[in-house]
Amino acid sequence: MDWKRFGFIALIITLLIGTVVYVGQTRQTPILIITSMLATTIAVATPLTLGALSGVYCERAGVVNIGIEGMMLTSAFFGWLGGIYMFQIFHMAAGVSIMFGVFFAIITGGLMALLLAALSITFKVDQIIGGTVINILAVGLTGFLNRQLFFGKGSVFGGNVPSSPGVLPTIHVPITEIFASLCGSSATCLENVQAINRVFDQKPIAISAILLVFISHYILFNTRWGLRTRAVGEHPRAADTVGINVIKMRYANVIIGGMFAGLAGAYFTIESVPSFEPLLTNGRGFISLAAMIFGNWTPIGAWAAALVFGASQALLINMQIFRDVIPPQLAFLQESYIVGLTPYILTMIILTGIIGKTTPPAADGVAYEK
Amino acid sequence: MQLEKQSISRSKQILQSILDAALVPFLAIFTAVVIGGIIIKMVGGNPFEAYMGLIEGSLGSKKALSETAIWATPYIFAGLAVALGFKGGLFNIGAEGQLAVGAVFSALIGYALPGWLGFDLPAIIHVPLTILFGMLMGGVWAGIVGALKAYTGGHEVINTIMMNYIALNTTSFLLNGVMKDPSPTNVIARTPLIATSARIAPIFDGLRVHWGFVLALLIAFLVWWILNKTTLGFEIRTVGLNPDAAKYAGINVKRIIILTMALSGMLAGLAGSVEVSGLNYRHELGFSIGYGYDAIAIALLGKSHPLGVVLAAFLFAAMRNGATRMQFLTQLPVDLISMLQALILLFVAADAIVRYIYRIKSRGERVVLTRGWGG
Amino acid sequence: MTENNNILSDEIVLEARGITKQFPGVLANDNINFDLRKGEIHALLGENGAGKSTLMNLIYGLHNPDKGEILVNGKPTAINSPIDSIKLGIGMVHQHFMLIPVFTVAENIMLGDETVKNGMLDQKAVAAKITQISSQYGLEVDPTALVGQLPVGTQQRVEIVKTLYRDAKIVILDEPTAVLTPQEADDLFRIMRDLTARGVSIIFITHKLKEVLAIADRITVMRAGRTVGTVLPKDTTSEKLATMMVGREVNLVIIKKQAVPKEPMLTVTDLHVNDVRDYPAVRGVSFEVRAGEVLGIAGVQGNGQTELAEALSGLRPTKKGHVLLAGKDITNKTPRVITQAGLANIPEDRQQHGLILSYSIGDNMALCDYYHQPFSKRGVMQPKALDENAQKLIKAFDVRTPSAFVSAGKLSGGNQQKVIVARELSRSVKLILASQPTRGLDVGSIEYIHGEIIKMRDRDVAVLLISAELDEILALSDRIAVMYRGQIVAIVDTKKTTREQLGLWMAGAHVQTPQ
Repeated sequence: MDWKRFGFIALIITLLIGTVVYVGQTRQTPILIITSMLATTIAVATPLTLGALSGVYCERAGVVNIGIEGMMLTSAFFGWLGGIYMFQIFHMAAGVSIMFGVFFAIITGGLMALLLAALSITFKVDQIIGGTVINILAVGLTGFLNRQLFFGKGSVFGGNVPSSPGVLPTIHVPITEIFASLCGSSATCLENVQAINRVFDQKPIAISAILLVFISHYILFNTRWGLRTRAVGEHPRAADTVGINVIKMRYANVIIGGMFAGLAGAYFTIESVPSFEPLLTNGRGFISLAAMIFGNWTPIGAWAAALVFGASQALLINMQIFRDVIPPQLAFLQESYIVGLTPYILTMIILTGIIGKTTPPAADGVAYEK
Repeated sequence: MQLEKQSISRSKQILQSILDAALVPFLAIFTAVVIGGIIIKMVGGNPFEAYMGLIEGSLGSKKALSETAIWATPYIFAGLAVALGFKGGLFNIGAEGQLAVGAVFSALIGYALPGWLGFDLPAIIHVPLTILFGMLMGGVWAGIVGALKAYTGGHEVINTIMMNYIALNTTSFLLNGVMKDPSPTNVIARTPLIATSARIAPIFDGLRVHWGFVLALLIAFLVWWILNKTTLGFEIRTVGLNPDAAKYAGINVKRIIILTMALSGMLAGLAGSVEVSGLNYRHELGFSIGYGYDAIAIALLGKSHPLGVVLAAFLFAAMRNGATRMQFLTQLPVDLISMLQALILLFVAADAIVRYIYRIKSRGERVVLTRGWGG
Repeated sequence: MTENNNILSDEIVLEARGITKQFPGVLANDNINFDLRKGEIHALLGENGAGKSTLMNLIYGLHNPDKGEILVNGKPTAINSPIDSIKLGIGMVHQHFMLIPVFTVAENIMLGDETVKNGMLDQKAVAAKITQISSQYGLEVDPTALVGQLPVGTQQRVEIVKTLYRDAKIVILDEPTAVLTPQEADDLFRIMRDLTARGVSIIFITHKLKEVLAIADRITVMRAGRTVGTVLPKDTTSEKLATMMVGREVNLVIIKKQAVPKEPMLTVTDLHVNDVRDYPAVRGVSFEVRAGEVLGIAGVQGNGQTELAEALSGLRPTKKGHVLLAGKDITNKTPRVITQAGLANIPEDRQQHGLILSYSIGDNMALCDYYHQPFSKRGVMQPKALDENAQKLIKAFDVRTPSAFVSAGKLSGGNQQKVIVARELSRSVKLILASQPTRGLDVGSIEYIHGEIIKMRDRDVAVLLISAELDEILALSDRIAVMYRGQIVAIVDTKKTTREQLGLWMAGAHVQTPQ
């Protein structure tokens, strides 16, 4: 990754955080605001990070995956549904039901990806059409089942939406609190240490996402699997001539990518808010693609780009908190309409390549013919 | 060379290609219907009753036919939009947003223009203005994406999707704000009613189907004629098939890309504005959701050929219209239709699956849009 | 040229019996029998489309034969994929390199046979083994270099090292000299001799007669999917081989009149052009082509010829310099303007740039002229005019097709090229720009196109011929320019130069030009 791109990312994040600090400084100390923003950014960037990783796996192997949105949506639904079933029908403990939910979500993502893989690799359907089919299928399937299961007359739950087992808990990682003892008796010091620690108090899927970024980076660039995956995405025929099974590699990577998208889906209904709403993914699957492109198809780059989007969303959330102290010139920031547009406009700007040219894998999007 | 032999084989060739083209979509629909029937059975319904309900509700009476035609109108326009894009090698997923923009801005002209001018307009001027303005805005919305693709290589798939969300947000903002219907009883995000002079007249007394439907059919013919008979159409198709060879042939590829997207957007914009002007007489938030994505399925089902698009649009319209009757008869939710349509789309897109199941040999060229992300 | 004193051993290391392979529409291999003896260089000769590559791909395991069997060291084998053939000691260097440009040399070589330590790729061990093979066989490669930045000759060496890394004892080389200068080809032959001296057996695919007589121990000729015969070099001649390849007597020498060049048609002054990655590809090129002469630009691919042709035809921007066509400035003009100024362009990649494969022959024939009368009137296409034009040209240029409505994609390579030639030459033309015009074509089509080029020359059209086939350049050109690393390093009369001299220029050696 080149410095121009990292620099741009750092700049935007600083700008976003700085704006909130500027607006809210009368209410809270800068440290409190900054840490709060960072904590929110990391949390909110989770589905984008996982979505972008999904894209990286698929596209590094040469398969364009437009269907991340649909995979997230279906996984969000089935993960949520699975947890409810375990909780309400099999009467499992809430914690166990939640874990099942996450598991179902990941499996669902993998299955949807299997469909995409079959369409684009075996049946050689145009990959963008294949991904669009996945998206349309997702909307139809989740909408239909959502209505049928919960609102239809003969539905299993008789017209009410049952309560889900809940959300995943925040994990308290006392990284900085270890140093609390160094603070002595200074109250502000203690306060700051606790505030900084909030950045690290994240929920399981958010933490997994960050770990997976680094694990994926290692796998992609330092292992045999990663080398073969990249080969298959750059020059599948060359890989074929040295005995690599191109089809198998592509299937495997797409399914792995689907599982990542599945975990992202779990974030929506199991980590964020314990309920399902049609179309709740709201375009984040597509924004993930922009993050992947901007990150030049590398896990760490994609994560950095996802953080930018996360930060813009964090700004929106925090602006609501400081609603009454916003100076008039910045009043437009209240309008969720304006700020809500940022991720989309940002994506379009990124795609123009103005901030840096990116190079996709050479055989990305091309079905392999022997 | 024997010219007579060639002309006989020419018409035979055309007939053959129609049959070839229609076979797989037919079988795809058939397979989807069968699978849909299985799903219906699984959730406790009666497939036969369900499908009869669909047919009855969509074609069983004059009113049903009228309603089906109404549903078909925006589908035809939007389907044409996506199909034209495909022919030009572009994937316009933004029909959704272009449609919304077209609807909102044509509604504006519909209810506000007489006020601005200070006098009433005769319908013969107001109606075309209303429709044209919406059409143009749709064209602009898509043209932006076209320009981005032509000059920066930014892929139109993501950009049109982004424009969809921007359109959604923008229309929401407008419909909740400056364009909101100010009448005291109104709480919904919608525009005021458009002036009577801006409304497209219904064709028959007592039925809702309006002249916009006829316009849709005419436009379908126009699109076919442009694509296949004119120089512009030749250029669009050539760029769609091989931009490198098109450049070599002297075609200004950038110009054609922008033009294709703009035309596509205009068609989608028409879908929105004709709905406003001919059916709803206003635009309400949420009214147009889903048309754009259905349009993709329609364009694929119709193999991007205007006639195919019209037929596919009718099929989808019949399904949507008949769904309410089906729900009434069988208590199955109308969302089942979405499932069915998704299945049809699946089989059409993956025509290789259908070919495999029914052992049909492949003949034509595969649609290839994905050439990576460009840039 | 190297000697071939090799005494043929009796041991047969590879044998193919009764190999048959059918692809849709073409029987690529029809009951082929072929054997390879230990330590020999066995050349497989045939024109484009004869089925040589197919046979090798079958042996290497990229496809499976419909019928027949392959024996290695006398034992029947089941080769289902390259993994099997690699295990049997078979290695293949393809005509289009199977290298990944963004990977390093080491990564390319280890791909599929990676050395792993503690879960991680062991780059050091791999690099060490590469260096050892490098020095042992005299094939210098740098394990850490990015393949995409290496010159073509070095890339080929990487491919050869790749096979030796896997202990290949049977090496297949598919048209290896297509991308080499004559001197690099000699280097390759030296390496091949070296390998056979160490017990490696080589199959060498080519369509070049001179090479085959120079290097091979045995020559097998293939034609239309069948083997025609196996001969020893000392028992045959170029003419005999050519006849075996084509099935009829072939004129190896083109008979043409003395050129009578007239006024300059194309004047190129100090041209600078960048390539796709924005690196300078053409660095200050100047020359002129006169009416009634053929100027051939010789040089190995990748020295800027592609970019030069693209700049001249308006497909690539010119950074600096001027181009005049019949006195008119066409620098950086659009392709259409340049076409109207009198340039006929036969592009290097006919399927990518020259044709729309799904359009009919008729539409393709009008590809550059569709926008004006008689093919279109006021924006509406005139199918009848397109048809008449197509019929006329099909007849005049002998395009073999059942009708004008057949899509261009269904034609053979030779007929596709004829469609392009027909289209371009049917206009009133001042200069023909022909890039690799006979690449991948059968002998009949090659003869035809050569004939057309000379015919146009004799009609006072200027011809700029760019070709990597030195023989073609020597046969057709009146004057020859050599391009090396984006510059013209020599321009000479054909009669006043030799193959060796051209070869040296192509390799970048500075030779005194006899004036």
